[in-house]
Amino acid sequence: MYYELQMLKLEGCSISPLFINDHSTDSTYEKLTEMKVKFLDNPINIGIGGSVQLGFMYAEENNFDFAVQIDGDGQHPPKELNKLLTPLFNKEADVLIGSRFIDKIGFQSSPLRRFGINFFSHLNKFLVGASIKDPTSGYRAYNKKAILELIQYYPDEYPEPEAIVYLVHKGLKIKEVSVVMNERLMGVSSIKSFSTIYYMVKVSLNSIFLHLKMRSNG
Amino acid sequence: MDKIQIIAIIAVLFFIGLITRFIMKGKLRTEYSIIWGLMAVIFLVFSVWRQSLDMLANFFGVYYAPSLIFIFFFFMIFIFLIHLSVVNSKQHDQIKKLAQEISLLKEKSL
Repeated sequence: MYYELQMLKLEGCSISPLFINDHSTDSTYEKLTEMKVKFLDNPINIGIGGSVQLGFMYAEENNFDFAVQIDGDGQHPPKELNKLLTPLFNKEADVLIGSRFIDKIGFQSSPLRRFGINFFSHLNKFLVGASIKDPTSGYRAYNKKAILELIQYYPDEYPEPEAIVYLVHKGLKIKEVSVVMNERLMGVSSIKSFSTIYYMVKVSLNSIFLHLKMRSNG
Repeated sequence: MDKIQIIAIIAVLFFIGLITRFIMKGKLRTEYSIIWGLMAVIFLVFSVWRQSLDMLANFFGVYYAPSLIFIFFFFMIFIFLIHLSVVNSKQHDQIKKLAQEISLLKEKSL
């Protein structure tokens, strides 16, 4: 996938792929060293939220205009990236989310998972009025304004749906575009079936509390 | 003085000694030792002055005096556990921030 990203040429911008090794117990570190790619190496395991946020910190520190987060397991095809970046260039939105469910093409996930995704979609709509069809999608692009806000706060575990609540409260414009996703090629989802209920309860509570907190802070 | 009072006093003194030792060895921060010290003192009062419990129970209208002890300490421990959860959450965030900074610094120094 790295090579795909490197091959990607977009009009008028340079891409700098960054990998983050969250203190992985497998051979990630060796692989990354071997591939001679740019990566950050966490001294301890800090989880998905902290690691993604670390990417935003890196983007800010290096004065990047945009940041894109993309799953490393092959679910998100890099060739769809221009769909996410073009609206950012044209200043149509601050945050772009790649969605499986707009045109309903490509890998559509399992029914149980779709139910969960639907639930969060409705929760987000209820809380902050955001109509995002695929709120758990981790294929996202942000502009500088969004990056600066996300450095201040990004949820820890299962961060995607809650991040939408946060970004809407911060007055950022979120837009969803249709992308074609693949089934993951390797690895397992961070959401395992037995913890689905825990995941749903936790993300819901987090979203609700965050919403209440941000509403009372004005 | 009854046997149980003597046992209770010895137990409390042991408890106080333990806390003091932890503080002196730097294993327990003083702010956490305050609540444990306070609990020890309350224990000591009840052990030495046995009637105090009955008097308190009488005052609050509690028929079974020992239940007063249970409810009091249950409440205290509950509050303290919540406090520890708050401390834990704060440390979680601090550790995360430190790890992120280290990762960025590591990359810069290469």
